[in-house]
Amino acid sequence: MIEVEDLTKYYGGKRAIHDLCFRIEKGEIVGFLGLNGAGKTTTLRILGCLILPSSGVVRIDGMDLADSAHEIRKRLGFLPDTPPLYDEMSVRDYLRFVAELKGVPSKNLTRFIGDALSTCNLTEVADDNIATLSHGFRQRVGLAQSMVHKPSLLILDEPTSGLDPVQIVEMRELIKRLGGEHTVLLSSHILTEISQTCDRLLVIDRGKLVADGTEESISQQAHGSAQGGVLELEIEGEGEAVPEQARQAIGRVPGVIVARVVSKQARRVRLEVECSDDRRSQVARAIVDAGLGLLLLQRKALELESIFQRLVHPTHPQPPAT
Amino acid sequence: MKPIALIIRRELAAYLRSPLGWVVAAVLLLIDGLAFNVFAVGSDTARKSSEVLSQFFFFSGGLAEAAGLFLAMRLLAEERQTGTINLLFSSPIRDYQIVLGKFLAAFVFLLGIHVLSLYMPLMVLLHGKVAKGHLVAGYLGVLLMGSTGLAIGMFASSLTRSQLVAIVVGAAISVALVMAWLLAPVTDRPFDQFFSWLALWNKHFPPFMRGTISLQDVAYYVSMTYVFLFATTRVLESRRWSS
Repeated sequence: MIEVEDLTKYYGGKRAIHDLCFRIEKGEIVGFLGLNGAGKTTTLRILGCLILPSSGVVRIDGMDLADSAHEIRKRLGFLPDTPPLYDEMSVRDYLRFVAELKGVPSKNLTRFIGDALSTCNLTEVADDNIATLSHGFRQRVGLAQSMVHKPSLLILDEPTSGLDPVQIVEMRELIKRLGGEHTVLLSSHILTEISQTCDRLLVIDRGKLVADGTEESISQQAHGSAQGGVLELEIEGEGEAVPEQARQAIGRVPGVIVARVVSKQARRVRLEVECSDDRRSQVARAIVDAGLGLLLLQRKALELESIFQRLVHPTHPQPPAT
Repeated sequence: MKPIALIIRRELAAYLRSPLGWVVAAVLLLIDGLAFNVFAVGSDTARKSSEVLSQFFFFSGGLAEAAGLFLAMRLLAEERQTGTINLLFSSPIRDYQIVLGKFLAAFVFLLGIHVLSLYMPLMVLLHGKVAKGHLVAGYLGVLLMGSTGLAIGMFASSLTRSQLVAIVVGAAISVALVMAWLLAPVTDRPFDQFFSWLALWNKHFPPFMRGTISLQDVAYYVSMTYVFLFATTRVLESRRWSS
């Protein structure tokens, strides 16, 4: 679907992105993650045929962007960081204008506009003037605009910016529904946001691609080892000696580096265990053999924030885990 | 051609739904009517109808140029200001289609305003004796002035995202062009002839006022319009890829 090789863009003497390389397959939902100014918008604007790269090759559906931009634009829906809305038009008229502009045949117009209105939950405001709509609705009209012609590629630059929590959840659901049928690229600097919506993440820092993969594979990449890591445990047992008993039982399991008691309340003890590789079943057995009750045992998911911190500022200390 | 028709439709609707179109129409008709009453009809001395008509076209031409600038100032600057230009740029539409569509929409609107001003010369026609051809020639000249104003205004509008800057730049270009004939007497050949030809008003408009249509005057206004629309397209092309 999309192949990008050595993509570089200069604004005057300032380099916005530097030698980006990635591939995106059909139907994927891919998130661009990066701080403000990292080059997300620049990359999306190039893919959206709005600006030309300084060097590098971009192929969309096998067509070179530099040669066939006009053709590519027909298959493309783009939502810029501010939705491109004509305030004086009604939502329905506006969507009709966009659909016709993108070359939707007139026999399909009514159906396509109806689909976009219902997908984006805009039916109730379809005949209102865009100027009178609230921010959330405007953002949804922007999304409807980008998908009204049923493009194969959807590019959404910060689709959730400025929305309230309820609207963010709605927008997230909406975008998820669009995957499969469309290839969706979106950008955000909100980490949880993007990890919940996207199949794959591309992390960009200062114009360079620093990570590419699922949240899990990026977390492994950031921490170096694929198998090891930290286990979280919750144990039940009677008596004052329980924490120490559990700690020693776990400590005897080969491969366990260190076991720490995190908290203790009434009959429940929480522990963190660092191991060199995946020792979950051995740890579980050790606890059961020691006569304690095992309530919870899981690998500690690394917060995307800390992964991101590590990728973007490898030298900075990690913020304390919560 | 379909994209051009789409742009024309949207822009015309925008003039009709936003205050700018109505304000320009009202102001133009108001000043035109005032000037008609004061200078053309209101004079004490008896005059020929054709003189009255020619005077009407004199200020109508200037007003059309100014109205053109005001109608055109929003055409591209506003799209950049609000970011809607991104929609056009990411759509399968060529730059010349955007420019031509917007120009034609503004021209149709300007034409509409001038249809509403017809009552003034028709009054002269009813009460006096003038050739209908004079009316046609005069209106042709006025519309050509208007189209030049639109083209200049649109070029200015392509340069900036502020409509205020656009109108100032557009007015500056227009005034400079109107005053170009002043340079003719103080420059050597062949520049004197060039400046005299270049002037927006001096040589090219008075024939229309008097009721004569000459091909070279029509050609002058058409080529001025073309040059500025062409320049607008080039500015848009460069903006499209670099911004």
